[in-house]
Amino acid sequence: MNNLIKKYFYGDYGEIEAGSNASNNNKNIAWPLWEVFIRSKQGLDHKHVGSLHAADEQMAIENARDVYTRRNEGVSIWVVESKYITASNPEEAGELYEPAVNKIYRHPTFYKLPDEVDYM
Amino acid sequence: MELKKLEEIFQHKIDNEIKIEPKDWMPEAYRKTNIRQISQHAHSEVVGMLPEGNWITRAPSLKRKAILLAKIQDEAGHGLYLYSAAETLGISRDEMIEQLHSGRAKYSSIFNYPTLTWADMGAIGWLVDGAAIINQVMLCRTSYGPYARGMVRICKEESFHQRQGFEILYVLSQGTDAQKAMCQDAINRWWWPSLMMFGPTDAESSNSEQSMLWKIKRKSNDELRQQFVDMIAEQVKVLGMTLPDADLKWNETKKHYDFGAINWNEFWNVVKGNGPCNKQRLNARIAAHQNGAWVREAAIAYAEKQKNKHKAA
Ligand SMILES: [Fe+2]
Ligand SMILES: [Fe+2]
Repeated sequence: MNNLIKKYFYGDYGEIEAGSNASNNNKNIAWPLWEVFIRSKQGLDHKHVGSLHAADEQMAIENARDVYTRRNEGVSIWVVESKYITASNPEEAGELYEPAVNKIYRHPTFYKLPDEVDYM
Repeated sequence: MELKKLEEIFQHKIDNEIKIEPKDWMPEAYRKTNIRQISQHAHSEVVGMLPEGNWITRAPSLKRKAILLAKIQDEAGHGLYLYSAAETLGISRDEMIEQLHSGRAKYSSIFNYPTLTWADMGAIGWLVDGAAIINQVMLCRTSYGPYARGMVRICKEESFHQRQGFEILYVLSQGTDAQKAMCQDAINRWWWPSLMMFGPTDAESSNSEQSMLWKIKRKSNDELRQQFVDMIAEQVKVLGMTLPDADLKWNETKKHYDFGAINWNEFWNVVKGNGPCNKQRLNARIAAHQNGAWVREAAIAYAEKQKNKHKAA
């Protein structure tokens, strides 16, 4: 086990491929972030699956195909730049959903019906 | 809201198995721990492509080349899922990549070992991906939502990796004497480093306890390692090969395999950068990033130009 700490080159990368002489031109150009939505089959909604960086919408679609549909996970892709998504604030969730919580008569179980028609 | 109250709400969610989502309040240390763990996990997926990439052109048949290529492409995807999950915590992709390249962020030490023969592709799939799967299955239930969802996606893809690896070794194990020897040699070299993938023993693992409390981790390093040993000790019999550990034997009272002492000196040595390939791996990553810079710039320039054209029209 001790003999493993040793420098091997055979059968592995050499110095050149390992970038020993790579130029130092590291300018950071950040591509915008996109959210990806996929319809897994006809008849179903698009569903958020994740995000990725791409220079434009065409590249975003192509990258989404390459990473999110490698095993037939989708038949249709939507992408939208993340900055265009407005989200509700989780801290205001209480007030935001309160009106719905209050109205239990919106649920079918609120109504007591005779047994004969209770399948309704 | 005061801090104490926020912390209470947070821990209450964790205790009740309610996932934490990006916009939810979370303790700074929880955010930092997740950023560190997820980004290092992402780096491991990406650096992990290098030892295998080495064999794409040398794989013994077109079929094996195609399979290896597909596996490596999956690993690139895994890196992407994880970088995206980390980005939801407020760190930029560039910053993470900078941390990797400057050596401030680590990646799994296993990828600092060289891939010397074709059998290594089998051993990596079976042992390295096998060990990763055990960890990742646990992480499917981690408390941070985007990380857990990324893990579910990854786990679905991983089982092909382990199976193709085992199959490579299985074919070799049925082959000529030389092929059998190559198979055994790869297992011998990859076994101990695979065990080290689970990290230091529980007694020495510094941030384990808090991670368990926050349900970032749900099983200890030693528990996961034992699970791995029990699985591999059985599977190796099918190959008609052995694991390089004289102390490995079934313990009837514990219902687990006992195994020999791990060489932690070697582990820490590789973590510190003195493994056989640390420098090569990092240099290859940096070179790939730098050599791709003009592509990233050109794509942005092209996108800008298209946008302006649309405006003009
Ligand atoms: Fe992976
Ligand atoms: Fe994998």
